[in-house]
Amino acid sequence: MSMTERHKKLERNITLLAVAALVTVAIGGIVEIVPLFWIDNTVEKVEGMRPYSPLEQAGRDIYIREGCYACHSQMIRPFRDEVERYGHYSLSAESMYDHPFQWGSKRTGPDLARVGGRYSDQWHVQHLKNPQSVVPQSVMPQYGFLADTDLDTNYIDEKLVALQRVGVPYTSKDIADALIDLKAQADPNADASDLLKRYPKAQHRDFDGNPNRLTEMDALVAYLQMLGTLVDVNAPAAQEQLASEHEPKGERK
Amino acid sequence: MDKVVSRAGIWFGILLLALMGSAAAHDRPFAIHMLIVALAAGIGLIVTVKAPDYAALRRGLVRLPDEGRYDDDPIRWGVIATLFWGMAGFLAGLFIALQLAFPWLNVEPYLNFGRVRPLHTSAVIFAFGGNALIATSYYVVQRTCRARLAFPQLARFVFWGYQMFIVLAATGYLLGVTQSKEYAEPEWYTDWWLTVVWLAYLAVFVGTIVKRSEPHIYVANWFYLAFIVTVAMLHVVNNLDMPVSLLGSKSYPLFAGVQGALVQWWYGHNAVGFFLTAGFLAMMYYFVPKQAERPVYSYRLSIIHFWSLIFLYIWAGPHHLHYTALPDWAQTLGMVFSVMLWMPSWGGMINGLMTLNGAWDKVRTDPIIRMMVMALAFYGMSTFEGPMLSIKSVNSLSHYTDWTIGHVHSGALGWNGMITFASMYYLVPRLWGRERLYSLRMVNWHFWLATLGIVFYAASMWVAGITQGLMWREYGPDGYLVNSFAETVAAIHPMYVARAAGGLMYLSGAVIMVINVWATILGKQRAEAPLHAAAFNPEKDRPLVPAPAAAEA
Repeated sequence: MSMTERHKKLERNITLLAVAALVTVAIGGIVEIVPLFWIDNTVEKVEGMRPYSPLEQAGRDIYIREGCYACHSQMIRPFRDEVERYGHYSLSAESMYDHPFQWGSKRTGPDLARVGGRYSDQWHVQHLKNPQSVVPQSVMPQYGFLADTDLDTNYIDEKLVALQRVGVPYTSKDIADALIDLKAQADPNADASDLLKRYPKAQHRDFDGNPNRLTEMDALVAYLQMLGTLVDVNAPAAQEQLASEHEPKGERK
Repeated sequence: MDKVVSRAGIWFGILLLALMGSAAAHDRPFAIHMLIVALAAGIGLIVTVKAPDYAALRRGLVRLPDEGRYDDDPIRWGVIATLFWGMAGFLAGLFIALQLAFPWLNVEPYLNFGRVRPLHTSAVIFAFGGNALIATSYYVVQRTCRARLAFPQLARFVFWGYQMFIVLAATGYLLGVTQSKEYAEPEWYTDWWLTVVWLAYLAVFVGTIVKRSEPHIYVANWFYLAFIVTVAMLHVVNNLDMPVSLLGSKSYPLFAGVQGALVQWWYGHNAVGFFLTAGFLAMMYYFVPKQAERPVYSYRLSIIHFWSLIFLYIWAGPHHLHYTALPDWAQTLGMVFSVMLWMPSWGGMINGLMTLNGAWDKVRTDPIIRMMVMALAFYGMSTFEGPMLSIKSVNSLSHYTDWTIGHVHSGALGWNGMITFASMYYLVPRLWGRERLYSLRMVNWHFWLATLGIVFYAASMWVAGITQGLMWREYGPDGYLVNSFAETVAAIHPMYVARAAGGLMYLSGAVIMVINVWATILGKQRAEAPLHAAAFNPEKDRPLVPAPAAAEA
């Protein structure tokens, strides 16, 4: 057999075999992944997207630390039932500053892409402390310790620097004021006008029901309450964009 | 003697650096991890100082490795590590399965589901599966090359370095150190460490092939090679990230959003494709013919199988992102290649099963063969189910549900688990120089408990997944959604209990295995009616040594 005869060359030469295998496995990834970085409409521009405020980012870090993604997706698919249950389907731009993305792969609990503003802060705090007290059928673990743990605010500026290095457009003022911003957002008595100018739609209040302490609960609830609130998908401009699409999913201009 | 001193110096240096890193750490988990590193360096230091035979060193005697024997020490350690981590991983799996049925089993914060789940997945894939792959690859590459392992010190470094990776990853999850990328959760420093260990592994493996005494590289080694090379590529690209500080555990990945998602699932799917498939197919290509005492069914099929499998697998990642914000063309490409992947997968299954041609009676008489056949059957089943689930319309129902979990476990428990158990049963008497296993009847018990456990697991997850998927999209005559999310959770509770029962059976089978292997290592033999086992001649289990062996060593 000619094929097996030719293959014998590879079978006798480990370098040839290794290089051939590496080339073979590299092709698929290159064809699929590389275009995503230069096709313009992979991530379309939408009004309202901005980097996370320091408090929201701190809450996001806690969300990741606790492995919330193992049971909650943040990716609403363009199906009638999902859109009615969770809200408008997710746009790619809505996760453009997500390092890493939190789309998830399993819904042991509901999708959270647009959970922001759906429940009160008190509901979230009660639910995180004891999920079964508000949703009896829930299988979610309890996260009461978040309300008893002071938020670690050290190195928040370094975190923003790291995010800036991977491409999140934080300004030098955002980084210099990171700690002030973080504390101001959860302190109802603080002046947050500057914060709100740089982080539009940021929610400024005490989140965990205890204004005397800045806890991990404050940060996590601040993060949950902003999820899906930045882009106004029902604004006339956004609707016009969506209506001009060929299909209700995938690439948008 | 100089060697001992310089080595001790290196260990001491690592010890000091780790202690300083711990003291200056920016967060508690990083401080704990540096203490673990310091502890490991301390153990290394003590072993370095205590182990050498100083009397022999003084007389200038250096013990050279015996080139006329295979280097089996790291393989013996690997077999024990495989069983140990397997038990840990199965136990963690049973625990989180029970947590989903009975949420009061969560103990905040360290033993909450979200932290234990990556512990389970990493323990079974990387600790159990990874140790099995390293141990069997060391065994297979030596036997099929008729050569002793290259770089024996490096081979030992790979084993211990890999255990270090496992310990750092596992303790990290419980402490909340995670990148949240599924099956790539460890943080930047653990990733860097694994990269070093993995390149050393590649060097040992390729080095052994280079010094082979056989002209041809056996097919199992192609698969091991593709597995090692591809995993290196996937691991490095998917873990490109920016540490917040070199003294802290936190980092942020380079890629965000849609690009990050595709890179992650390119990695994630091929962790399945190359770690759990190519590597384990290598085990299949060596141990099935050995145990059946028959040559591989078709040489040509193995060539086609190999190249088409590794080419097609890489494309299939986007099927994890159907109907998401990933561009449509990428989703469709992922689906098409996933469906095509069915063919090479079944090519491999057929090549394995048909190897039993003329030896099918052994399915009745040899419980190890029975395990191998069941492994291949589950491989075939889950590589049919996978392409089916990757079809977009099927995926719209199955995605986000327990159907995916069931699919993964029919592959992991059925294929990876069973072929690993069979290979370990093959290896243990040979590695410890025992005439036979303590008990073949216990292998049979293990087989049936594991099989029954998988049936419970897969069936309950099919029912749970399809039930929940249909309930989510159910509309009433009034045009409104019928079920709240909480109602769909309550509906699948019985299935979660059944799944845990299946897991308990699978774990029980593994306990029987541990007892059996332990007794075999101790040299015991259970008095029982004999069953068939493949023949073995220890005298022939030696490398080919060229005539001037001493000079080469």
